[in-house]
Amino acid sequence: MERMEQRQGFLSALPVGLLLAAIFVAPLLVVFLFSFMPARVFTLAHMPSFENYRYFVEQGYYLSLFRSLGMAAAATVLLFIVSYPLAYGMAKVFGKFTLVITVGVVVSLFVSENIRLFGWVLTLMKGGMLLGTLKAWTGLELESWLYDVPIIIFGLVYAYFPFMLFPLAQGIAMVPDEVRLAASDLGASRTRIFLEIDLPLAMPGIVVGGLLSFVLAAGAMAESKLLGGQQVIVMADEVETAFTYGQNWPLGSALSVILIAIIGGLAFFALRRIDLDRIMGRKA
Amino acid sequence: MAPTVALRLTNVVKRFGNFTALHGIDLDIQDGEFLTIVGPSGSGKTTMVRLLVGMDEPSEGTIHLNGELINDVPANKRPTCMVFQSLALFPHRTVGQNIEFPLKIRGVSAQERRERAHELLALLHLPADYYGKNVMQCSGGERQRVALARALAFDPEILFFDEPLSALDYRLRKTLEKELKDLHRRTGKTFVYITHSLEEAMVMSDRIAIMKEGRIAQIGTADEIYSAPRTRFVAEFMGEVNLFPVTSAPDGTLAARDGSLAIAGTAPGLAPGSQATLMIRPEFIRFLGEGDTADCVAEGTVRDEFALGSRLQYEVDLADGRTVTVEKLREDRFPGAIGDSVRLGWDLGHVHFIPEAEES
Repeated sequence: MERMEQRQGFLSALPVGLLLAAIFVAPLLVVFLFSFMPARVFTLAHMPSFENYRYFVEQGYYLSLFRSLGMAAAATVLLFIVSYPLAYGMAKVFGKFTLVITVGVVVSLFVSENIRLFGWVLTLMKGGMLLGTLKAWTGLELESWLYDVPIIIFGLVYAYFPFMLFPLAQGIAMVPDEVRLAASDLGASRTRIFLEIDLPLAMPGIVVGGLLSFVLAAGAMAESKLLGGQQVIVMADEVETAFTYGQNWPLGSALSVILIAIIGGLAFFALRRIDLDRIMGRKA
Repeated sequence: MAPTVALRLTNVVKRFGNFTALHGIDLDIQDGEFLTIVGPSGSGKTTMVRLLVGMDEPSEGTIHLNGELINDVPANKRPTCMVFQSLALFPHRTVGQNIEFPLKIRGVSAQERRERAHELLALLHLPADYYGKNVMQCSGGERQRVALARALAFDPEILFFDEPLSALDYRLRKTLEKELKDLHRRTGKTFVYITHSLEEAMVMSDRIAIMKEGRIAQIGTADEIYSAPRTRFVAEFMGEVNLFPVTSAPDGTLAARDGSLAIAGTAPGLAPGSQATLMIRPEFIRFLGEGDTADCVAEGTVRDEFALGSRLQYEVDLADGRTVTVEKLREDRFPGAIGDSVRLGWDLGHVHFIPEAEES
């Protein structure tokens, strides 16, 4: 009986499985194979080599990678700090008002990310809304903050805010109020409760939020292009350039594979950690 | 040696907006006693415990702990501790880590913490190897014990309990009630227990405070409250009871106002000419045989018999429609059958009078 159910389950999952394999796994596999082809070829019928991976080191592409990962890490940490108070409020304090915040944050996603980022460019550019107004009113002329690393990190924080906020709120909602009260009753200070009760118990939400933000930010391109104005080159730019202007698919593939491997490895590690926590919860 | 007061509440009032949850509570909790605060839901007992523990502040009045005013001292600065209804154990920690938590906060060394945790495990009849076990894998009863051990590790001046046993099944609850009483004796700590279950209160407590609508209706030992309730509410709250309205004539003789009862005798405690409610517990009522007499006699028909384990309960309908509840041991069971006429009798020595003025 159970075997039959398993069979039926397998069969009903088969069409979706095949579809996913065809449109998701197969292209990735092609990219993976291309990364071992010599430079500037457009078929897979060549001797495999590690040439592209050598370029990655020799031509300094790793600098772009570090830039991407570094900015993503900074953005994720900032996102956590910025989102935590609001997420806490949504989970524990605001009650019905939480819905208003949720809708407000979600509505911002209805407008394309590029348009929103252009809005920031217009706001922050020299002679733009902010600096232009300031100049007109006070005669004070300031340098624009655009086209540098901090403003790109700001853009990442701005763009991926919902991806941190909602999982975090979900995580914090999982912390039982009475457990927090009990810790306080046993003499724990607020800091202590935050470190020993809130953080560990909200960890699944924190990991998911952090992972989403980091993965998206590490592969992001629009922020560095628009707010960074091509002054700051990130990994995704390099991949795009290799595939388009460079007409070098194998190099682009190799860069993609490296980015995927690092981010995928990180995701795997992080998800295993929350899973591990859960398994530890059941361990004797 | 006169007992010292551990916690003193003086005219404590708590308001939430327009709603007054507590109306001027005066209460002394003696050092080392087991006090249970009982009341139906909405009686203010939860509000009371929140004030006692420090999770809320009184609107008026004072709370003194060992002579020190603690009205606005928050829970984490008070030397008292509570066992929550949900137990509020730390699910991501082991049994040992849970118990050691208050010690860790105090900066006790790891070695000492470990020793203390093992002492407490032993005190609560938990195996020593539970030290490394995750709390979420413990059974309901084991978790209760871990929560208790954690609270005792804090070494509180007063230990509060907010209905921690209510989620457990009947048999386990009975076992733990007895263990709790035993633990109280062995630790010598002051226990304050909140519950809606009178049965729990009777089994464990030295004193019981019964709450109603934000006031303490009566406080005393289980015996005192059972045999001499001050109000009708307390009388009915403390188990099955039969109540008859009576008038004391100027010469001291008693008469049932509705004529349901023939009373021979006087009530010394009752002011002549006053009205009162006569209370008689079901176990003091006898079935009268031919020629038997009693101070109070009522006639009726046996309507039903219920088995209550070691005892039997009878419902007897009187002529005026009033129902009287009678309880007998099995060996004293009613000799007749359901539907038979019967004469009920009891003595004034077992009767308690509730003055009409205090009735509420």
